[in-house]
This record gives sequence, structure tokens and C-alpha cells, in this order.
Amino acid sequence: MATTTKNSTESKKNSSTTEFSPKTYMEWYEMMLLIRRFEERTLMEYGRQNIRGFCHVYIGQEAIAAGLISALRPEDPVVTGYRQHGIAIAKGLHPNACMAELWGKKTGAVKGKGGSMHFFSNEHRYFGGNGIVGAQIPIGTGIGFAEKYKGTDNLAVCMFGDGAARQGALYESLNMAQTWKLPVLYICENNHYAMGTSVERTSSLTDIYRVGETFDIPSEAVDGMDPGAVHNAMARAAEYIRAGNGPYFLEINTYRYKGHSVSDPARYRTKEELKEYMAKDPVKLLEKKIIEQEIATEEQVKAIKDKIKATIEEAVTFAQESPYPEPHELYDDNYVEDDYPFLT
Amino acid sequence: MSRVLALRDALKEAMIEEMRLDERVFLMGEEVAQYNGAYKVSKGMLDEFGEKRVIDTPITELGFAGIGVGAAMNGLRPIVEFMTWNFAILAFDQIVNNAAKTLSQSAGEFKCPIVFRGPSGAAGQLAQQHSQTFESWMANTPGLKVISCIDPGDAKGLLKSAIRDENPVCVMESEIMYGFQGEVPDGEYLVPIGKAAIRREGSDVTIVSYNKMVEEAKKAAEELEKEGISAEVIDLRTIRPMDHATIIASVQKTNRLVVVDEAWPFAGVSAEVAYIVQKHAFDYLDAPVIRVNSADVSLGYAPTFVDEYLPNPTKIIKAVKEVMYVNK
Repeated sequence: MATTTKNSTESKKNSSTTEFSPKTYMEWYEMMLLIRRFEERTLMEYGRQNIRGFCHVYIGQEAIAAGLISALRPEDPVVTGYRQHGIAIAKGLHPNACMAELWGKKTGAVKGKGGSMHFFSNEHRYFGGNGIVGAQIPIGTGIGFAEKYKGTDNLAVCMFGDGAARQGALYESLNMAQTWKLPVLYICENNHYAMGTSVERTSSLTDIYRVGETFDIPSEAVDGMDPGAVHNAMARAAEYIRAGNGPYFLEINTYRYKGHSVSDPARYRTKEELKEYMAKDPVKLLEKKIIEQEIATEEQVKAIKDKIKATIEEAVTFAQESPYPEPHELYDDNYVEDDYPFLT
Repeated sequence: MSRVLALRDALKEAMIEEMRLDERVFLMGEEVAQYNGAYKVSKGMLDEFGEKRVIDTPITELGFAGIGVGAAMNGLRPIVEFMTWNFAILAFDQIVNNAAKTLSQSAGEFKCPIVFRGPSGAAGQLAQQHSQTFESWMANTPGLKVISCIDPGDAKGLLKSAIRDENPVCVMESEIMYGFQGEVPDGEYLVPIGKAAIRREGSDVTIVSYNKMVEEAKKAAEELEKEGISAEVIDLRTIRPMDHATIIASVQKTNRLVVVDEAWPFAGVSAEVAYIVQKHAFDYLDAPVIRVNSADVSLGYAPTFVDEYLPNPTKIIKAVKEVMYVNK
């Protein structure tokens, strides 16, 4: 296909129409590669049993995280589901804190309480990874409600997958958000499989963005393998929402290269399909573009790779050397009071 | 004659046998068909029964539970699988407000013969939202029956009884015990709902438990035996209706009771057992009833939390020694 040829005209035609500053391309590249390497290492450490429990990686979906950092503001709150490591990193959580959390260590993002599915950071306005499919949709709507109530011009980013798009909570939330003109950006990360079940097998409406249209919410389908396309759609949405018009709905089409979770061999899809999406790998394509269009030299790209490699090594060392929480810390943060009388 | 089967295969046999017998029985849930079940309980069932009777749903717990209720009211006998009872919380409206109340609010005009089944309980480092037990939540609701048993042979017979039952029945399984093996009798048999099983006979103390905690209680009993303490272990098997007679008879013999319950302590199964015993066997008790529950908190992810949280043989032995007034 065109994107794999050396023909720069073809490459250009296949990328987003708007061109961005070299700084933006490099920020995207660095973030996307950081997430990719973080997740690859996560899988490796899971294999070594240093990470346990349910674990869902973001590999293949990194261009969406890239859009979040360039098109939106750090003050914009974000909530998502359990495929969340990449989004948390994009919101500014430190890889050390994320890796330590995966290891269940005291120095983790939530002190070893949450593991892979539940990072949170008030400082970074990251409202969490939710483990129940679709539960974050009304919560994201409520986070937006609070922004409007407080009179800010922040927008709440409410992210969910194609599986969650079937939960009734989405329909209830969209209705209220549009009726009350809440500042919420709904992002359906459509990776085409709800665990082992394809979109086609679970819905009569396969263009998920049309769910938004049902409520007269401006809605778009977006190429989620292209950070430029993701950025442009998010920027359009943000402008609309910040002007007080109410919610916006994006269906960002992407693909997860790995199974639903580490225990899923993903036998429900074909090798050909995976190959087709591998050819559109957002990280590789962006790197190719950066080199071909001389946005950066190969040496500069290598320097970024080396830096990220060191960051990941540091995160793993940090996680490895950190202590587990003490057993009694299980009782911390169940109630606000320090002297709550727990039953025995 | 019998065979050794894993819990998941015993449960599957129960469903297959009942579906062969009764055309009205069907299985519905997330990933039950093409994926062969999230935990492979329904492996091969799509091949035998086809898409009409083994049905993959979207991730819409409230919706498909309600579809099950409507189908049950209209003459079918659904088995609704939840990937875990943690996700069934989304469907509690249909289970509690409708399945449980159909017979009462229609004054017997409509029955709701439906089985809601799936794993309950902690399963390692799965953190707060994926580690809860639901027996006492469901058993609190009149109109529902609740089964919770991991012994493969009994679980099979109980699930068959549940499918044939004219009432809604909630069946609690266990993620980490699906591979647990046990003797499963050959041929057709049922295990009645509402009857406990004595897993180990003893004379000094009664330990009442259910689901996977029965295995912890049995381990504790083995250790206690070495110290000369004879513990009787009762597996409730059915939570509602609860088999009071078996519990009372045992306590009348041993005069001491420890309840081991993976659920949280507040107003749970352990509290119910303790109430029943003080009501009906007060004069037989030589010590206050003690319960061993999971910690009264949400379970965090770290391995140190899991160890602290769950009942285990050490905690059970300590409780037994307390009711025996043994210092050590």
C-alpha cells in the first residue's frame, strides 16, 4: 500500500491534510513511542509474573493518546476504562509511578491499591481507569457537569471502547449531556473487538458515531491510526464544546495489536486482518514521516529512542526496588476518617 | 461409578444434559458461544446446540438479564451467564426488582424460572471492582434462591436442580476454582436445593462455610486434627433457603461454632448463621460464635493486601482455638 512506499507524495496524501509544526510531530512521536515501549515492557514483566491480575495494553492505539496532549489542555479532566496505561501516561502520570503500580508497589500511582486497571491522579486531572465496562460514561458526564457548574471552560474527556458503546449508560448519558449542554467530549475508541466479539456481531448500528447523531450531538468518525487526524478532530470538538455548545462525539477507529487482555490469544480474528493494521502502525508511520520529510534526523530519532529506553529501564528498576505496601495499609482510604471502626 | 471432572466441565455437563432434555432451556451471555465462554464453562455448546440456543450478547448486562426475565415469564427457561457477578451488579434491577418479584406481584399469574450464574469471590490480584462476593446480596432478597458450591459433583447436581426449579435461582461459582477437580457421579442425578453437606465429620467444633472457603476450612481441620482437635466441616451448598437442621444438629453435637465466609462481615451469611444458631441452639453453645470473614474493606491489588484480606487456615485455626478456649 501507498504508505509503505518511498513515494513522499503518496505518503502525504495518506496522512492528515493539515501539516503541523516539527515540535508537534516530535512530541507525538515521543509520547507514542514511550507508550509503545512501556506496554511492551508491561507484557514482558507480566510474563515474568511481576505484574498480575487483569492487564490490558494499549499497543496500536497510541495515536489517540498523542491527540490528547496536543489538542486538549492539561486542565481538561479525563476518565476512561481499564485499557488505560497509555492514556494515564499521556495525562502526565510518571512512568515510574505507572510501572510501580503495575507491580503492586507502595510507590505506585495509587500506592499499589489499583493495579493495571485503576490508575488515578488528581494532580494530573486523571479520573481513572474504570474496571466495569461503560461505568465511566455517566461518570465522565458528571465530571463535565461539575466543570460547567463551576463555570470553567474545561471540557471533560470521556473515553470508552466499542464494547461499552452497547451499554445503556451511554444512551442515558448522551441524552442528558445534550439536553443540559454539558461540556463533554465523548471518545469511542473503536478497536473493533469487545473482548472476542466483533462490532458487527453485537450491533445493528456499526458506525458508532451515528449513536451521537441520534441525540443531535455533532459526531465524527476519525482515523485513529493518524495522530494528525485525531488532533484535528479533537481540536474541532474542543472549540465547539468550549464555546458552550454542549457535547461532541468522536468515534476514533483504531486497532489493538494484542489480545483483549494478556490471557486472550485473540483467535477470533484473522492473521490477514492483523497484518493489514500492522501496515498502518501509527508509531512506525510517524517515524517514517519524520525521517522522510526531514522533520528530524535519524540521529535525533535515535536519541529519542535511547532516552525512552532509559526511561523504561528506570521505571522497571524503580518498581523492582520499591517495597510492597504493608498489609495494614489495606485499611487505609476506605473511609476518610483515620479511626473508622471496621468490623472483625 | 464416577469420574473426576473439573468444576467447569461438571457445570457444562449440567447445562448440556438439561438442554438435551428440555427444548425451552437456552444459554445467553457475554462470550458464551463463539469464544466458548470467558472461563470455558460453555466450551463446545455452540457446536451442539447452535446459535438459537447458545447466544452471544453485547456487553449489556441489564438488557440481557431483562430479556431473560421476559423470556422466562413467557414460557422459556433461560440460563443467563454473567462473566462475573461483579458485572451482574448492572443487572440487579432485573434480578431483584423483576425476577424475584414476578410471582408475587402477578399473584401467581406469571412465574420466572430462570438461572443467573457466574463466578463470585476474589480471584487473586484483581483489585476492588473484580473481587467481591454476592451470596448475601442476593440471599437478602425474597423470591430468589441462591446456590454457592465448588464441589464439582454437587455443583452439577445443584445446577440441574436450579434449571428445573420454577423460581429464579442465582448460582455462584468461582473463577479460580473452575479447574478444581472432584468426583462426579455417572448417569442422571440431582442434588436438592436447600441441603447442606457435611464434608468432614468431627466432634469438638463445627466449621460452617461455603464456596471455595470450604477448602480452607478443610485444610484448617486437617491441621487441627494433628493437635487433637476434631472439627466438623459443613458446606452450606445452598445459601437460600439455608439448611438450618444440619447446622443445628452439628452444633448440638460439638457445642462450638466458627463460620468461615469470604464475604464482608456486615449483615452477611456469617451473621445469619450465627443468628440461627443462637436462636435454636443457645443452650448447647459452650462459647460465643466466631466468624472469619474477608477484611471489612475494598480489596486492593498488591499481593500483601490479598493475603491480609482473605480467610485462610491460619485465621480459621486461631478462631477455632478461641471458641475451644485453647491458648496457643
